[in-house]
Amino acid sequence: MPDPDQPVSIEEQIDQWRSYLRRRQAIHAVDVAELEDHLREQVAGLVKAGLATDEAFLVAVKRMGNLDALSREFAREHSDRLWKQLVLVSPDSGELPAPGRADTLVAFCLAVAAAVAIKVPSLFGRQLDEHRPDDIDFYARNLSLFVLPLLTGYFIWKRRLGTSTLRWLAVAFIAAGVVANIYPFASRGYTVALTALHLPIGLWLIVGVAYAGGRWREVAGRMDFIRFSGELFIYYVLIALGGGVLTAFVAMIFRAIGINVGPFIGSWLLPCGAAGAVVVASWLVEAKQSVIENMAPVLTRLFTPLFAALLTIFLGTLLWTGRPIDIQRDLLIAFDLLLAVVIGLLLYSASARDPRLPPDAFDVLQVALVVSALLADAVALWAIAGRIGEFGFSPNRVAALGENIILLVNLAWSAVLYIRFLRGRGQFTGLERWQTSYLPVYALWAAIVVIVFPPAFRYV
Amino acid sequence: MEINKDLIAASSTSLVLAILAEGDSYGYAIIQRVRELSGGQLEWTDGMLYPVLHRLERLGYVMARWDVAENGRRRKYYRITSEGGAQLTEERKQWQAVDATLRGIWRALSTAIPNNNGESAAPLPEGV
Repeated sequence: MPDPDQPVSIEEQIDQWRSYLRRRQAIHAVDVAELEDHLREQVAGLVKAGLATDEAFLVAVKRMGNLDALSREFAREHSDRLWKQLVLVSPDSGELPAPGRADTLVAFCLAVAAAVAIKVPSLFGRQLDEHRPDDIDFYARNLSLFVLPLLTGYFIWKRRLGTSTLRWLAVAFIAAGVVANIYPFASRGYTVALTALHLPIGLWLIVGVAYAGGRWREVAGRMDFIRFSGELFIYYVLIALGGGVLTAFVAMIFRAIGINVGPFIGSWLLPCGAAGAVVVASWLVEAKQSVIENMAPVLTRLFTPLFAALLTIFLGTLLWTGRPIDIQRDLLIAFDLLLAVVIGLLLYSASARDPRLPPDAFDVLQVALVVSALLADAVALWAIAGRIGEFGFSPNRVAALGENIILLVNLAWSAVLYIRFLRGRGQFTGLERWQTSYLPVYALWAAIVVIVFPPAFRYV
Repeated sequence: MEINKDLIAASSTSLVLAILAEGDSYGYAIIQRVRELSGGQLEWTDGMLYPVLHRLERLGYVMARWDVAENGRRRKYYRITSEGGAQLTEERKQWQAVDATLRGIWRALSTAIPNNNGESAAPLPEGV
């Protein structure tokens, strides 16, 4: 028992010691409690033997042993603890079991709902079948409308959004559904393909508004959404890989007993799994947020130098050999993808960077990457500009050109802001603000492609 | 006299199991019992006992439970299991064999060299 004369002092000292111990990854909260009990017993014993409380504390801490050595011993016994584990509901603390479990239940129900939703059209005779082009078109146009409203619903539930926000989100989804389904698209045409591609991009912003809750107007809120999107993508790819393995096994073992499950896989397992996995992956990203290191920034660290080297070598080769750029149909799309990847690298390294730190070598590399991408794209645009008239303005080409200009503007201004930051003339937060404020531009362009393009190009 | 760390580590399992065989106990009391038994010669670094206890728990030699101590605080108590008892019997046999061997050589030496302290400080491999 602590000395009644100095109750505050000893408690404070123990608090400090405890918080110091808690920072050790190998020593868990239960162990700290066990060690604390030991320390208190030791102090009480020494006080009884005639020591002053603070002396007793010092002796007790000394006897406990060097903390580095101690945490090394704990790490040797509990080596698994050095891996950040995916613990969804912590067994030790038991602090937040109720919301965690409710969250799991809601996410699971919504995932099932998404899996069911994708099969609802088959009740009305719509089949995912390569011999029925109209049905394929229908699914392509509406794919995001089966899944994203449910995902949005998850965040509405989780962030407890008010009815006014709810109304706007509902209006956006209904409007998207109407536009995607009332236009008289030509079967398997260009404009229906563009709609299928751009509708999810536009609706992703709606998901973002729900994700950010009331924080969409803040830079930090939108940045969190960017982080979420990157992690979701990585999780989705991982789940898809696992799903692929599962599917292969299903096909294999049923073939062993002479049953062909191909139709079942094609029309049930694949579409339902892919739809449900979006919600499951989102829930996982939310649940593990603080438990596992974010992957997207790690990947950008790895690939930024490689992409910078690739682009520099490309530009060098272009200059050295003087070869003209061979203008092909897909050239613009290829460069759009390149710019999108570069922006992704920029975004995700920015999302993990502490904005207060001064510039370092990686920032220089980042600028080199952005500038080389800008130069490469400028060369490509220059080559195309002269001959765009010959090709004519098909919907695909106009969309690709618009995207190229949007990405180019983003990257050019990012380069300016980044160089200012490197030269000590600006803050890193300026770049963050620019990137997060630019998000609506992508959605706006996607909306234009979905709403204006089909009538403008006569639904070809 | 300071006892070599390797010796402390080697004897820790047997000591802890034997003390728990006397009755259920907890960390601080185990340390006190070790001090008492060794007359203060076996100085354990207190914290190091816990990884040992956790290892024994993982191996199934002891069982742990949280309980409320007489002072009202939560405390983790350890109890020896039947497997732990079997392990203790096994270790006891081994220690007795080591002890018997050493006793034999001590007896032989004590007639030849009466008391040589310098010899016992020969460089032994230090444990980390």
